[in-house]
Amino acid sequence: MAQDINPIPPALFLWEEALPGGCHWSGIVRRGNALRLTDLSGRANVSALFYNAEEKLERYNMPDTLKAQHTAHLTTGHALYSDMGHVLCSVIHDTCGWHDTVCGTSDAGTVKAKYGEATYQTHRNAMHRNGRDGLLVELGKWGLGKRDVVPNANFFSKAVADDAGRLHFDASSSRPGAYLDLRFEMNVLVVLSAAPHPLDPRPDYAPGDVMLTAWKAGAPGADDVCRNHCPENQRGFYQTEILYR
Amino acid sequence: MSTFNLVESPLDPGQAVVDAVVNAGDPWIHEIKKGQVFRILDLEGNQAVDTLFYNAHDPEERYSSTDTVRAQGALYLTAGTRLMSSEGRAMLTITADTCGRHDTLGGACSCESNTVRYALNKRPMHSCRDSFLHALAHYDGGLTKRDITSNINFFMNVPVTPEGGLTFADGVSAPGKYVEMRAEMDVLCLISNCPQLNNPCNAYNPTPIRVLIWDVPSQ
Repeated sequence: MAQDINPIPPALFLWEEALPGGCHWSGIVRRGNALRLTDLSGRANVSALFYNAEEKLERYNMPDTLKAQHTAHLTTGHALYSDMGHVLCSVIHDTCGWHDTVCGTSDAGTVKAKYGEATYQTHRNAMHRNGRDGLLVELGKWGLGKRDVVPNANFFSKAVADDAGRLHFDASSSRPGAYLDLRFEMNVLVVLSAAPHPLDPRPDYAPGDVMLTAWKAGAPGADDVCRNHCPENQRGFYQTEILYR
Repeated sequence: MSTFNLVESPLDPGQAVVDAVVNAGDPWIHEIKKGQVFRILDLEGNQAVDTLFYNAHDPEERYSSTDTVRAQGALYLTAGTRLMSSEGRAMLTITADTCGRHDTLGGACSCESNTVRYALNKRPMHSCRDSFLHALAHYDGGLTKRDITSNINFFMNVPVTPEGGLTFADGVSAPGKYVEMRAEMDVLCLISNCPQLNNPCNAYNPTPIRVLIWDVPSQ
């Protein structure tokens, strides 16, 4: 939860692109590169799915990620696993401390029920967008669709479970300038939606803007914080590295 | 730990139209019609039953763990839980539960995840996702690995701590415990009666389960 800045060295910078609140994005991030997601206003949610760009049937697997690391949330040191025992990407730095893995996305029905209707006809590009449709639109650009939607990560969002399993959204978890750095261990198709988190209780539709910044992070060393997080990750990183031998 | 909401069923197994045993480590695939009631019974106790549901007429609509969690604002499944589809519709409603808690975060075991979780040499061991693939390969429904998305683990207890840890507590089921659900649409049910031997989800001894279907409640 360090309040640090940790600037990206200019020599390693690759590109930067804004993802406005509510909007969706997809692209390939290659092995050895990293993506910084920055919550500009402190009110962002980024629903994310990840696919092996070379074999898109291999994809982010929430349960495998959680079980391998005995965690229900993501932060520094955690790897995001595919369903094939490989590490798609890993959280090498995080100033937020908790990213949700279990709540999924909003959809057209839940957004309309919670925020009312705001269509393109009445609101142009300020229309209400929902997470599921944003992901489906991006997936369609790569020949993917509903069959490829699996439980997603929600960066910058926190929902805490009580003893009975009831979830309580913590709107104070993120803050302006909070960011996390994902280092990619494979060539990965990244699919994002910045629509509101489905359990965000705030009544106004005001999803926060996000900045995406890519740079050359290099390969994880022997002392890497994610590789050494647990013995499971050491095996996961090994199995990922032999893919590229 | 909070008190479990235990609800018994009045249904008579003698009236069931389907009454079968699924052996330890085997898959089972069967259609359940809207209005039918489906029971899974843990014959010997502490058995994990990995279960997927598809809309029988449009399998692109399928059980979604995240939509189920979102819809009820809570992680664990029990009597009263509506099992939601990827389209945000109720597929089945749990109407009786003598176990009290079921998991939908833990996913299904696989050869590949076993290599990460336990040891690289665990790859040859039988797993739920191999069972799913085996069943789908012999089922003429056009479903493939692509359709293995999120599942329920009936009789499994996987508590999440307030600190965000994931624990495998288990031990909530026992011989004869069951969970029962009413289909709200025609669904295809795909089960793997879990063969995992590396953790206590089956008490290190996978055992058979009994599955029953009733046409209509008998009273």
